[in-house]
Amino acid sequence: MSEFFEKPLLDAQSLHKQFTVGKTPGLFAKARGADRPVAKLHAVDDVTFTIGKGEVLGLVGESGCGKSTLVRLLTRLLDLTDGSIRLDGEEIGHLPAKGFGRSPYRPRIQMVFQDAGDSLNPRFTAFAAIADPIQRLKPLPRADLKLRVEELATMCGLPLELLGRFPHQLSGGQKARVGIARAIAVEPDLLILDEPTAALDVSVQVVILQLLEDLKKRLGMSYLFVSHDLNVVRLLCDRVMVMYLGRIVETGPAEEVFRNPAHPYTKALLSAIPHFDQVKGSGAPPVPRLRISGEPRSPIDPSPKVCRFYGRCPKGQEACTESMPLLHGVGLEHSAGHSVACHFPVSDTDGKTAAVSLIEDVA
Amino acid sequence: MSAVPVLAVDNLSVEFRTRGGIVKALEQVSFSVNKGEMVAIVGESGSGKSVTAFTVMGILDAAGRVSQGTASFGGLDVLQAPEAVMRDIRGREMSMIFQNPRVALNPIRRVGDQIADVLLQHGNVTRREAPKRAIEMLTRVRIPDPERRAKAYPFELSGGMCQRIMIAIALSCAPKLLIADEPTTGLDVTTQAAIMDLIAELGAEQGMSTLLITHDLGMAAEYCDQIVVMHAGHIVEMAPTAELFAHPRHPYTAKLIAATPKPTASLMDLAAIPGNLPDLRAAEIPPCRYSARCERRQSRCDQALPYVLGEQKGSMVACWNPL
Amino acid sequence: MSETLKHIRYVLTENPVTLFAFSLFGFILFCALFGPYLAPYDPLATNGAATLKPPSAQHWFGTDALGRDIFSRVLVATRLDLGIAFFSVVLTFAIGALAGIAAGFFGGWVDRVVGRLADTIMAFPLFVLAMGIVAALGNTVGNIVLATAIINTPLYARVARAEANIRRNAGFVEAARLSGNGEGRILLLQILPNIMPILMVQCSLTMGYAILNAAGLSFIGLGIAPPTPEWGILVAEGAAYMISGEWWVALFPGLALMTAVFCFNLLGDGLRDIVDPRRRT
Repeated sequence: MSEFFEKPLLDAQSLHKQFTVGKTPGLFAKARGADRPVAKLHAVDDVTFTIGKGEVLGLVGESGCGKSTLVRLLTRLLDLTDGSIRLDGEEIGHLPAKGFGRSPYRPRIQMVFQDAGDSLNPRFTAFAAIADPIQRLKPLPRADLKLRVEELATMCGLPLELLGRFPHQLSGGQKARVGIARAIAVEPDLLILDEPTAALDVSVQVVILQLLEDLKKRLGMSYLFVSHDLNVVRLLCDRVMVMYLGRIVETGPAEEVFRNPAHPYTKALLSAIPHFDQVKGSGAPPVPRLRISGEPRSPIDPSPKVCRFYGRCPKGQEACTESMPLLHGVGLEHSAGHSVACHFPVSDTDGKTAAVSLIEDVA
Repeated sequence: MSAVPVLAVDNLSVEFRTRGGIVKALEQVSFSVNKGEMVAIVGESGSGKSVTAFTVMGILDAAGRVSQGTASFGGLDVLQAPEAVMRDIRGREMSMIFQNPRVALNPIRRVGDQIADVLLQHGNVTRREAPKRAIEMLTRVRIPDPERRAKAYPFELSGGMCQRIMIAIALSCAPKLLIADEPTTGLDVTTQAAIMDLIAELGAEQGMSTLLITHDLGMAAEYCDQIVVMHAGHIVEMAPTAELFAHPRHPYTAKLIAATPKPTASLMDLAAIPGNLPDLRAAEIPPCRYSARCERRQSRCDQALPYVLGEQKGSMVACWNPL
Repeated sequence: MSETLKHIRYVLTENPVTLFAFSLFGFILFCALFGPYLAPYDPLATNGAATLKPPSAQHWFGTDALGRDIFSRVLVATRLDLGIAFFSVVLTFAIGALAGIAAGFFGGWVDRVVGRLADTIMAFPLFVLAMGIVAALGNTVGNIVLATAIINTPLYARVARAEANIRRNAGFVEAARLSGNGEGRILLLQILPNIMPILMVQCSLTMGYAILNAAGLSFIGLGIAPPTPEWGILVAEGAAYMISGEWWVALFPGLALMTAVFCFNLLGDGLRDIVDPRRRT
């Protein structure tokens, strides 16, 4: 565990990404001397984390929480507003996204997309899709290329006779395998998995998750596994980060966060997933559920003092509007790396009782 | 419990004409939904669960054809009813909500007006009362600040909010049956839970029956009384929820439960389901459409599919060699 | 390869309208290629003894005021009309498609420049613009092709722009970036093939417009100079005789023109079905 922290593969320090919303002052407005401040959407706000070699880090959050933006920053498809990304100690955050395709770091960070169907060009066969990154980034002679693509297909459980097919002739699971084979074709050190199973049936999801686990062991890659489903994240990840409106609200060992969520949002997220522990009519004692209501705060020019979850948070108090909570260690052993950004974490005082009283508050 | 079924589907078969041949999308599907009950049809993509819902609503694609069977809704066979009758029933006695609420709503009409339209069309209210009733409906689906939200356009509202509007429209005429086709797919996890809670609560309040179409076994387990499991156009098993999860009898049901991530299982505990769905266009489909993927297959599985009724009312398994 | 043929056969048999459009196109193409060899009379030869004769066994479409055989003239004109339309569409495709895709894909200033240029062209009544171009540059076939191409370009660029724009952030474009493809490569190898089907449909429609436009220019005397047989000229020559009862002089070239335009408009949909791989099973 400790070697993860000594020499991380990826070291992201206080990443910021802001998008300008609305119109920038036009030519005439500028001529008139208008000095209207431009509204900024804070998509990623002060995000710091590391990923160790061979480690799987989970990133959990709902739509609009900034996880897609974060992923695009890490894959260097988007430029940072501020912050630093180091890969094996070398700074790559300042390289412009536009020319990153030609940088020697390009093959080292690859990604598996959420919607395998959308990420495959409908005009390319499976073979062409898998061969493309090899041809661009690590060229091979024709004969070797064919062998390499076949090797990759076999590794990903894709029957070789399907290599000549177009995406619309493949099933969802087969498309997912093509997407994975393409991503590992140039032997990346860091593979970013952006909800790789979200569009798949449960029976196929299991196969793909097991394939990813197997590939990680064989190729020694690190993963950043992005998902909204904590149940799935738990299966593959060593550590997880929970993101809410651009900020990390909780991070820690997967099992620990899953068992003792400290942030009210994490707790709500966990309790929203339907489990079999509450089969209707089974006579099982009702498990208290934590539901959050209301709409998220606006990510446009948010107040730097107010907790982003304030307004939806059942524990929200005045203190939450006076200073933004920062990540700090929680749990019995702080050394385990479980931290939460909340003034009133759920299990901070005394584990169970706090959680129960919180649920009663809501009910 | 001698409940009167609100909806009774009997021996329903549906075919689709495609360029690859006739697809036997549904075969001998029979189930019923009792008053006040929430029934889930669970299955993976291609199982025919949505086709079932669309057939019952009478909004089947033009390429589809009901080749046999009946679907009795309050004594009326909705498969034979003329379109004019169905148009009156849809929205008033039988409503449907869809997967993507943003697409189902009219993008250039205020949501309050859209609810009022439905109320006016089915003749329960006067033109004067309609806007007020629309706001009442918005309050019932727990939309904060309903007066202001009634004037909003769909694009100004979040996905969860749009689904609440859809529910308000669907429930505005107090229907006897709500068909919810993947109502939470595409919504955030926390929103999903809130929407399902809302459907369950409002259903209970009105004594409404709900047919939930979903791929999520966990959701079906938590909210439904009865579960119908479909595979490749067949009902392979149905049972009251507690019984189904305690003792799944069809091998496919057992596999499906085993494949679903749970808080306690590790990745290696989860079982994959080998094989694929059979080609439903083929002239010769094996009687049991799961047999090619099944580990419990026997020689008699090539005979016509048995529909074995269970001890409990409403339980059935279509298998020669059940667990 | 045989799969492609099978697919084409399927599209044709499934949709009789497409089959009809393709047969008609085949016929027009045949006339364009072999018309001059099949024409029963020299299209330019006058015959003082047989002026303004109504359609008969000798002269299927009748004869004009100089005794020229209208059937031969209509048949021979096919090549010229089709040729002008074809080359102007090729030119339109090259300029319009590339400019449009670049505008849709890159956005920003490229989009603004292309958009404003297209708007400027569209601001003119298109036919008047074509007249102006030909009048200014001179009455040659080359200039007619150019004028026809220019007035069709904005429509084309807009279609290409819209289609490229909805694909600029598609998953496969991001995947291509991750694979180390530059923006130019993505444009040509990833985006272009995907919008080809839509552009093909547009091509077919543009062919129709182009034929009409070329004939229109000739009709008002700004295009091909008489006595060269060309559908627009033939209609123009015949128009004067409509009132005096010699309807055939204008009717048959007009019908040829209408058939050709109609054919290309129908052809579009069929073409899309054939080139779009998603329509194949």
